[in-house]
Amino acid sequence: MMLDIINHAALGLVAIAFLFPFFWMVSNAVRSNVEVTAIPARILPEVFEWGNFAAAWTQLPFGRFFLNSAVIAVCVTAITVVVSCLSGYAFARLKFKGRETLLIGYIGTLMVPPLMLIIPLFLIVNKLNLVNTFAGVILPISFGTFGAFLMRQFFLSIPMELEEAARIDGASRLRILVSIIVPLSMPAIGLLSLFTFIGQWNNFLWPLIVMTGADNATLPVGLTLFQTQQGTQWNYLMAGATLSMLPGIVLAIILQKLIYNSIALNAGMGGR
Amino acid sequence: MMLGKHTDMIARPRPRSRKWFRGEGWTALFFLLPGLIGIVLFLVLPILASIVLSFTNWQLLGSARFVGISNYVRLITTDPQFWTVLRNTLFFTVEYLVLNIIISLGLATWISSLKIGQRWFRVIFFLPTFTPLIAVAMVWMLIFTSGGLFDSLMASLSVPLAGVLNDRTLAMQAVVLTSIWAGVGYNTVLFNAALDMVPATYLEAARIDGATAWDRFWKIRLPLISPTLFFGTVMTAITSLQVFDQIYVMTKGGPGSSTATLGYAIYQRGFQNFQMGYASAIAWVMFALIMALTALQFWFQRKWVHYDA
Repeated sequence: MMLDIINHAALGLVAIAFLFPFFWMVSNAVRSNVEVTAIPARILPEVFEWGNFAAAWTQLPFGRFFLNSAVIAVCVTAITVVVSCLSGYAFARLKFKGRETLLIGYIGTLMVPPLMLIIPLFLIVNKLNLVNTFAGVILPISFGTFGAFLMRQFFLSIPMELEEAARIDGASRLRILVSIIVPLSMPAIGLLSLFTFIGQWNNFLWPLIVMTGADNATLPVGLTLFQTQQGTQWNYLMAGATLSMLPGIVLAIILQKLIYNSIALNAGMGGR
Repeated sequence: MMLGKHTDMIARPRPRSRKWFRGEGWTALFFLLPGLIGIVLFLVLPILASIVLSFTNWQLLGSARFVGISNYVRLITTDPQFWTVLRNTLFFTVEYLVLNIIISLGLATWISSLKIGQRWFRVIFFLPTFTPLIAVAMVWMLIFTSGGLFDSLMASLSVPLAGVLNDRTLAMQAVVLTSIWAGVGYNTVLFNAALDMVPATYLEAARIDGATAWDRFWKIRLPLISPTLFFGTVMTAITSLQVFDQIYVMTKGGPGSSTATLGYAIYQRGFQNFQMGYASAIAWVMFALIMALTALQFWFQRKWVHYDA
């Protein structure tokens, strides 16, 4: 019993130490820039400047950055989910020649490192005249093959009888997918949406390259604008960083069960 | 077998288009088409383009010329930066990979030993995984900045420092530490989930037979989760070979070229110097490295991964 308490307390201390950078970020977000750079560093600000959040928000078009990030993340997620459900259904339920070969091809593309495609993708976007447009950012990253594979795996676990009745009544395949399969697949769609959304919300390099105009910057790209030739406005930067982290932190906390279950799914499949 | 095939042919009239679109071929094509168009345009085409580009001297503006393998030759013979970049990437990957796996496995095992509050500890260590890496790197940059928190801390231990990020050897360590903090949570949850799946009866039986906690970990739990451990190691290696965001924010590859990695070199050559052909060649080197390291791990797994649970 005593040992249990010590065990919990010890890991608790590790966890508190682990959370320290979050604390340091917020603590520096609410002090003056002079205080941020003061030597030696102080744990808490002498004067709390809560107005920094509002100041950071207005100094750069932060609202716009938020909106840009949200539009991109939501659009990529929506396209990914729709395309993945359609392809996943074809792989799970429709018989066609070359199905297994194509599926292996899909899985094979997961091996291609995204960083490798950055240059040719940019040149394609450039050719299509989509540089500095939302379509130019969104389209090239909306067709990952992982979603199709994930949805296929989930669809296979749905009993065939459920759709056979509908087929006898003459419902089309698309109708069956939309009104029977999709409502039953919300756990898988949920986790695909969550991980796609967060991945794009946090994405940096691709929007950095495609969005050449400052107004079109996403949140991570916008943050780098606080680092100027004249030096870094650390307090505003930390305020901005705090704001940019909020959605992910909130989602990680309220959706912890979904996250654990989806990662547990990976753990179960790991290497098999 | 033959009979079954025969009756099948009688039962169903033969469709007109025989080869590809038998049965539900057309429906399948309709379902697959949106994805296929995207994949051809934004995955297959770029891969082919990347190969072609790596054999040209394309500089974005102006016309490209086919230069054969001279990009690759230049990389390994005359580019003074390339070997440094390659060494940095491997150094980062090996150190990050080893630390990440040890720390996440340790945390996962520790969390699984708790009686209450497992899920809250999991959430805490997972939090940075869901936050923008750019923002995380900025927070750590503030910690490591000259005269910042880390310097103050070291000064109180009478180790004088003037900004870890300005130091040729320590800058990389700061990047590794930042990456560990940002990335250790995913593997922690992954390994913790795998440990949860180890049947309690196995551990109970071992306990009754007198196995110590140490033995139960090394001889039962670790072998049982080794497929997951392998999966985590391979995925972590692949992502760490592509490290970019932290470098971009914290060091810009410096001081000198001491933290420049392959990912950063691709960005620098491609989007700052607009040497698209040359950058594509670097990208293929990165791809080759990823394949080689993955193959190496698959070869080694025979020695330590147990699939027969």
